[in-house]
Amino acid sequence: MSLWNRHKIFETNSIVLILGILVMIAIGGLVEIVPLYYLKSTIEKVDGVRPYTPLELAGRNIYVREGCYNCHSQMVRPLRDEVERYGHYSLAAESMYDRPFQWGSKRTGPDLARLGGKYSDEWHRAHLAEPRSIVPGSIMPGYAWLATTPLKADGIEQDMKVQKLLGVPYSDEMVAKAKADLRIQATTDDPEADALLKRYPKASARDFDGNPAEVSEADALIAYLQMLGTQVDFRLYDNKANLR
Amino acid sequence: MAHTIQLKRMTTSEMGLAIFAALFSLFALVVAAKAETSGYAFHAAIFTLASAASVFAIANRYFNRPAALPPQEVDGRPNYNFGPVKFATIASVIWGIAGFAVGVVIALQLAWPGLNLDLPWTSFGRLRPLHTSAVIFAFGGNVLIATSFYVVQRTSRVRLAGDLAPWFVVLGYNLFIVIAGTGYMLGITQGKEYAEPEWYADLFLTIVWVVYFLVFLATIIKRKEPHIYVANWFYMAFIVTIAVLHLGNNATIPVSVFSPKSYIVWAGVQDAMVQWWYGHNAVGFFLTAGFLAIMYYFIPKRANRPVYSYRLSIIHFWALIFLYIWAGPHHLHYTALPDWAQTLGMTFSVMLWMPSWGGMINGLMTLSGAWDKLRTDPVLRMMVVSVAFYGMSTFEGPLMSVKAVNSLSHYTDWTIGHVHSGALGWVGYVSFGAIYCLVPWLWNRREMYSLRLINWHFWISTLGIVLYITAMWVSGILQGLMWRAYTTLGFLEYSFIETVEAMHPFYVIRALGGLLFLGGALIMAWNVWRTIAGAGEPASKMGAIPALVPAE
Amino acid sequence: MNETYRMLAEFAQTWGLLYFVSIFAGVLVYALAPSRRGRFDAAARMPLQED
Repeated sequence: MSLWNRHKIFETNSIVLILGILVMIAIGGLVEIVPLYYLKSTIEKVDGVRPYTPLELAGRNIYVREGCYNCHSQMVRPLRDEVERYGHYSLAAESMYDRPFQWGSKRTGPDLARLGGKYSDEWHRAHLAEPRSIVPGSIMPGYAWLATTPLKADGIEQDMKVQKLLGVPYSDEMVAKAKADLRIQATTDDPEADALLKRYPKASARDFDGNPAEVSEADALIAYLQMLGTQVDFRLYDNKANLR
Repeated sequence: MAHTIQLKRMTTSEMGLAIFAALFSLFALVVAAKAETSGYAFHAAIFTLASAASVFAIANRYFNRPAALPPQEVDGRPNYNFGPVKFATIASVIWGIAGFAVGVVIALQLAWPGLNLDLPWTSFGRLRPLHTSAVIFAFGGNVLIATSFYVVQRTSRVRLAGDLAPWFVVLGYNLFIVIAGTGYMLGITQGKEYAEPEWYADLFLTIVWVVYFLVFLATIIKRKEPHIYVANWFYMAFIVTIAVLHLGNNATIPVSVFSPKSYIVWAGVQDAMVQWWYGHNAVGFFLTAGFLAIMYYFIPKRANRPVYSYRLSIIHFWALIFLYIWAGPHHLHYTALPDWAQTLGMTFSVMLWMPSWGGMINGLMTLSGAWDKLRTDPVLRMMVVSVAFYGMSTFEGPLMSVKAVNSLSHYTDWTIGHVHSGALGWVGYVSFGAIYCLVPWLWNRREMYSLRLINWHFWISTLGIVLYITAMWVSGILQGLMWRAYTTLGFLEYSFIETVEAMHPFYVIRALGGLLFLGGALIMAWNVWRTIAGAGEPASKMGAIPALVPAE
Repeated sequence: MNETYRMLAEFAQTWGLLYFVSIFAGVLVYALAPSRRGRFDAAARMPLQED
């Protein structure tokens, strides 16, 4: 009997150890993560921030696939030199539709949070294909194949459905028109561009890769890069309303 | 066990696992046929082949084995199960070399970008996750599985729990590594640092990890020793916490069962917080707690004296796991994460300095009274130097988590240097030390084939580490200062590309450092190979005390 | 921000501190209690025993 009891205590000890570990790690994690779902500064919307268009989403997925986050951050810190170099510091709301977030942790290349509109499409095409033809000292790999690879986005509405399930406010119309929207946004002066802009305010629709014959991966990626950091109009943004 | 004549029958687990693997093989074949991308089809095909191979392996083992399964004890002594330990030990050496080699390649790419070859699968963005996963999860993970399965058996004095389960853990984990690594090169990634594998690989790893946990726990529960040795506490914390972190940070919804793509349930700030809660605790529980377990077993064993203070090791344990879990937000200083969370992360990171140094002192002082062994035993020297590197990087870490320092160091190579002083110095050396101890013990040799070669390994790689981390300190601080430099007229002094160009010499030095570290590991591989091949003297008895070189 | 920050700071400085100190005290008592000395000394020698 006594031997049995002793043995039982030893057995429970390993369970007690596991419970102790679980309690210890649960408290720290929960205290830091849970409030982020309730605090004003982390859940508040900011005017202008909208979900990605199908083409931008496809471009973003290429950005993720190629591991751009390994060398480029998308998070301007509120430090004098960064604000002067890149633009207004990043707001929490600006990445509210980012799955996954791409803030990055290393700047082997410059921050990209405010890249949109800084350079022309031609600049991006040439730079992606051969970075050193535009920036001689660059150490970025060349991504010439993006312009010659057709964008495979047959399932883009399925991607949007999953995002919708996760809470991204895509309407049924947006999902239904996803494939068409993708083509419209990659075309210059498409007659249906107005309808696209209604669904996705401030989206730019044009032939990004300079090849009207097909929608390439470069189309999608450049559409995404040209959108980065352009959604919030900082002339109108009231930073007092959203202190962090 | 008591039967003398036993009818040979398939065990339930043999039967069950074989049937399950056969069914899964068919399922994976269907997925391969209908996969939306060729990369995913390739992975489904690997799963098909692996499951089919495991059916064959189970059947083959059944036909070749005696009627009775291996006994728990032979002649009153535990009949230890070292097969999976041997496999994981060899795997760690092979993966280590692969991971270090990819590290050298990407270091060279940063110095000479033409080496990216401008092909999709050889570009830096895809190879960098291959490097980090290969060294952390493939090399480090196999070292942890090998040593944990060894230590838990020896300190519990029982055979490893489970019959097929330990093999499933070891083989399944390495299959996960193959899936993850080939996936990165094919562009299959979640885009979350150190958690790049996609949903199906994550799901598979979850199953492997749960079995790993159960094997470890069951072995502890049936132990013959009254106390659970402290190294097992650290292993347990590592296994349990990594499971929680893995589930939290990989909560994704796949687009379809035929697509490798998934979307994470967390978004933006929340995703960032979850990611670095995961990311920092992967450092804390994978690269620290797990390897501290190695320190607490292998250093006392090799030095042949008990740990300096067992009580300190218990305080070390609880303080470390309690504080580490809070430190994640220091990766997000000055970002859109709320200030209070940043402050919390910084405070706990600074406090972490204390238990870390408590552990370091405990490891180092174990040698007190036997310091002369450092001169004669290169294996012990390697492990002690690893503890010194642990002390150095756990001092540097809290320093860099202070917001004022972080505003300079973040986004620069200083972080890379810091990580590598921990990764090469601490994790690398304590792992090499453990491998040098384990190989003779497992293959029943008196000692490694050549202690001279271990000496060479030690000095070459130490030189490599020094070159690596000093180059990264200089380049990191230099670039951080250049980014914030102003001219007298109040303009930013340097364009971004000028700061990139200034990094070139340091990137060359760093690549050289990495090359030396790789060279050391190749020497180790040769030494391990010669030892296993039987070039040394055999030990007098199975699992004997590691024969030390005479100290005097 | 000020509201949330003050609330959290207050919580951390009272209950958080109490939680933290009591856990630390508990660990110290567990590790340093004289009654466990023998067990811990025996445990420390476990890796060195051969079977």
